[in-house]
Amino acid sequence: MPLFYFQHDLTWLTNTAVWLKGPIERGLNLVMDMFVANFSWAFGAISWLLSWPLTELQGMLQWLPWSVTLVAFTLVGFAAAGCRLAIFTAASLFYMVATGYWQESMNTLALVGVAAPLAAGVGFGMGVLGYRSGVARRVLIICLDLMQTVPAFSYLVPLLLLFGFGPVVGLIASAIYACPPMVRNVMHGLASVPSALVESGEMSGATRWQSFWWVRVPAALPQIMVGVNQTIMATLSMVIIASVIGGFNDIGWEVLSTMRKAQFGQSLMSGMVIALMAMILDRISAGFASHVRSTVNTPTVSRSNALAASALLLLALFAASMLFPAMRQWPSEWRVYPAAQINDFLSYTVSRYGWVFAEIKQIVNFCILLPLKIGWLRLFDATGYTISPVNQAAYWVAVLCAMLLASFAWKGRGAVLVALVAAACFFGLTNIPWPVLFMVVGVAAWQAGGVGTAGFSLAGMSFILMTGLWGPAMLSLYLCAAAVALSFVVGGALGALAASNDRFSAFIRPVNDTLQTIPQFVYLIPVIFLFQVGDFSALIAIVAFSIVPMIRYTEHGIRSIDHEISEAAIGMGCSTLQKRFQIDLPIASPAIMLGLNQTIMYALSMLVIAALVGTRDLGQSVYIALTNADTGAALTTGFSIAIIGMVADRIIQAWAKKRQRQLGLQEIRSA
Amino acid sequence: MTYFLDDQVGSAKDRKVKLSCRNIWKCYGPMDSGIYQMRDTPERASAVAALRSSGCVPAAIDVSFDVHAGEIFVIMGLSGSGKSTVIRCLSRLVEPSYGEILFDGEDLLEASPKRLIEIRRRRMGMVFQSFGLLPHLTVLENVAFPLRVQGVDRQRRESRASEMIELVGLKGRECAFPAQLSGGQQQRVGIARSLAVEPELWFLDEPFSALDPLIRRQMQNEFLRLQTLLKKTIVFITHDFLEAIRLADRIAIMKDGQIIQIGSAAEIVLKPANDYVREFTRDVPLAHVLTVADVIEPYRGHLQATQSCGADMSLLDAMPSFAGNPEGFAVTNSSGAIVGEITASKVLTIFAESQERTR
Repeated sequence: MPLFYFQHDLTWLTNTAVWLKGPIERGLNLVMDMFVANFSWAFGAISWLLSWPLTELQGMLQWLPWSVTLVAFTLVGFAAAGCRLAIFTAASLFYMVATGYWQESMNTLALVGVAAPLAAGVGFGMGVLGYRSGVARRVLIICLDLMQTVPAFSYLVPLLLLFGFGPVVGLIASAIYACPPMVRNVMHGLASVPSALVESGEMSGATRWQSFWWVRVPAALPQIMVGVNQTIMATLSMVIIASVIGGFNDIGWEVLSTMRKAQFGQSLMSGMVIALMAMILDRISAGFASHVRSTVNTPTVSRSNALAASALLLLALFAASMLFPAMRQWPSEWRVYPAAQINDFLSYTVSRYGWVFAEIKQIVNFCILLPLKIGWLRLFDATGYTISPVNQAAYWVAVLCAMLLASFAWKGRGAVLVALVAAACFFGLTNIPWPVLFMVVGVAAWQAGGVGTAGFSLAGMSFILMTGLWGPAMLSLYLCAAAVALSFVVGGALGALAASNDRFSAFIRPVNDTLQTIPQFVYLIPVIFLFQVGDFSALIAIVAFSIVPMIRYTEHGIRSIDHEISEAAIGMGCSTLQKRFQIDLPIASPAIMLGLNQTIMYALSMLVIAALVGTRDLGQSVYIALTNADTGAALTTGFSIAIIGMVADRIIQAWAKKRQRQLGLQEIRSA
Repeated sequence: MTYFLDDQVGSAKDRKVKLSCRNIWKCYGPMDSGIYQMRDTPERASAVAALRSSGCVPAAIDVSFDVHAGEIFVIMGLSGSGKSTVIRCLSRLVEPSYGEILFDGEDLLEASPKRLIEIRRRRMGMVFQSFGLLPHLTVLENVAFPLRVQGVDRQRRESRASEMIELVGLKGRECAFPAQLSGGQQQRVGIARSLAVEPELWFLDEPFSALDPLIRRQMQNEFLRLQTLLKKTIVFITHDFLEAIRLADRIAIMKDGQIIQIGSAAEIVLKPANDYVREFTRDVPLAHVLTVADVIEPYRGHLQATQSCGADMSLLDAMPSFAGNPEGFAVTNSSGAIVGEITASKVLTIFAESQERTR
């Protein structure tokens, strides 16, 4: 193809402006240095202030006998959601005791125990501010977007420089990462209190203070509790991620260091601790949140009795643990630690069935990943074959046919989509000249959301171009696109199945819940040992994490279709497949698109974590910047990832909103 | 047609004006304040039309009426007619753009926030269409809420709340949460709460619209029973013309932010101001609406049968007296003196004329 060979002379189209990379990063570093030099005393003070409760809590959790802590958590679990959760909690904590990870677990818990209230408190305050003032709300929403899309690794660097090495950095990073859901839920909860409620408060003659604290906040409490739950989960997730800076002997560090030493058994067992801890924290906080919602009337007398009984039990346990040291500290000779056996099993499996995984990996690599990355043309070049002009022509003829078919099935847009995919596979995403991508994204944004969205997208892409990160950004884009496409197809199919099959739905729901509660980090453990490092491992980890919203939203979208519409379709004699493709999917499309949006966000956030298994994209750049403590590089790369996320988000949200309006879904809801 | 049969029936109009709403305007969006001075003229109509097309929403246009002490004043209108805006202006839940609201002679629009809170705490109560119950409080705590806001101690406010709960017939459900009650029961809680502070003014914003027809009927009766006990000054909002007729001493009909007609049910049915109002009166069972006062004539001396009637007795209730007296009968007051007569021909004429008009 002549077009392609042209590009050898025009490398600036794909490998841009490395000379631009310097100034922006250097500028940021300069600002950072000045900041550190002038204000380090203030940050030192904050650091001291925060480390105080942290060391206190850590000391207390370490000092308490494990039996007391275990029973205390079991009782809390029982109070939150009854017997089953109590048993689960007891079993999980016992796992931490028996495997000898108690100390590490308690350290992580101490971090969460300080960071979560901090995030929730700050989040509540910001949420109230955003609810009160429109200006604050607009500023906040932009900040929240940034806080959630800029990968945590990239603000760990400036935090490290400001607060100095130590667990406080992880604490603050967690609080930053975890407060957005709280802010959003508080703003949403306060704003959506029914007006009749507020008016009834006002008509009772409530002052502003009374009206806020006695009417609005209690009425919004269920929503606020949802925020608390999400904040706790985000905190845990971030505490684990922040352990890469080390120095606190927490469970995240344990996982990371064993993973680096390629000790699968050890990292799996410590990873289990994280997963269990996440599930316990989630179920307990969700349990209390639903208490608020259902407003079950529990007589206060029996509650205070139960409290007194629990306190007595714990005291008794404490006394007993003074007599029997095994109840205070689990004897090391009792430790159950089958890491070596797991490793043996793994090496046996790999030697026996390793070829299966290798084959899967190769198929996906050659059929999906590599074409997307560098294109068929280069792929064949690299393997020593050249595609003859005839074959190239055949490819394009096939594409043309597909376009024609698509244009019959889904009108012009389908044809455009097919053409874009075909071109991407032929030339490779990373070889697309930037003006072309600018044009495609610009047109898509303009179509979906008008001039504003288009302007935002182009400005964002220019930023990436100017910081010289275009190359890694395209690698991120390719990995993300592959993962999202896979999640979209597989997740959409699973979601559609769940929507029509109640038993499958009941099965997949807890699976989804679990996948969503487990901190991203843990996903890497099995992937890296089955598939080694590389793009494919990253792809699997990203898909496993980002498929959940796709399944959820598809099921929700199809299930919430008006019954009368389904009945009308059946009444007109639609077959099951006709109904699915001509009725369900088009009507559910806005919900499905929002699921896709979430999937993209999840994929981007996982991208950075997946850099730990050796990708070469923006995630890796962030990680390198972190190890070099290079603020400028960390921030520009972080912003670039955030920009990719925000551009995708704006375009898809705008499209979904437009579509929803067309389908009259919003009108139906408001009527 | 105003005959005063005896002193037991004083028309509400004789009592003192409790709440006076003068030239109230409420406009959403930027607008020229000059329009507030304009009275009901064709120029104003075109000015309002221009406002609407410019994207400004005039929700209440020059609304004026008086509510007398002990009267049930119903504002009836379809959705978007501005009735909810007007009742919210009366309590300043919505700030009117222009006008005066005199409550016992005091202009509420001049009241300071502190004074307003004071008035709302002690002298106003309001019932909401969607109940407006606090989901996290029990029935007892909900009813006691207005007293809690005032700082009344727990024991006193709860005993007062229990009284109110008993009054609305919910005794035994004090510890339930709103979500555990049916719609009708929830609205009883709303009514009890609005009455807890013994308000002089009682606002009801479509209180029964969210309820089933049967429950609605039951609640209307309940409401009338309460009013005979409590004798509040009431502003009642509804979109249901039949409900308005059943409950009202006087009705104001609103359309597009303006009041079209104010009058008693019979006045509106017998003399609708325009076609819009006439459309509502079409399905009204006339015998329910008309009272003895509407059909009574001076006594001419030849009718023998007598019947003791109050002026506000409905014609339907007086009908049985025609049995055996096909021509008509003489009406006496409670002490037995004849005050007038009701003839079959008069009743027939009114029915015929009414039918003629609505055809």
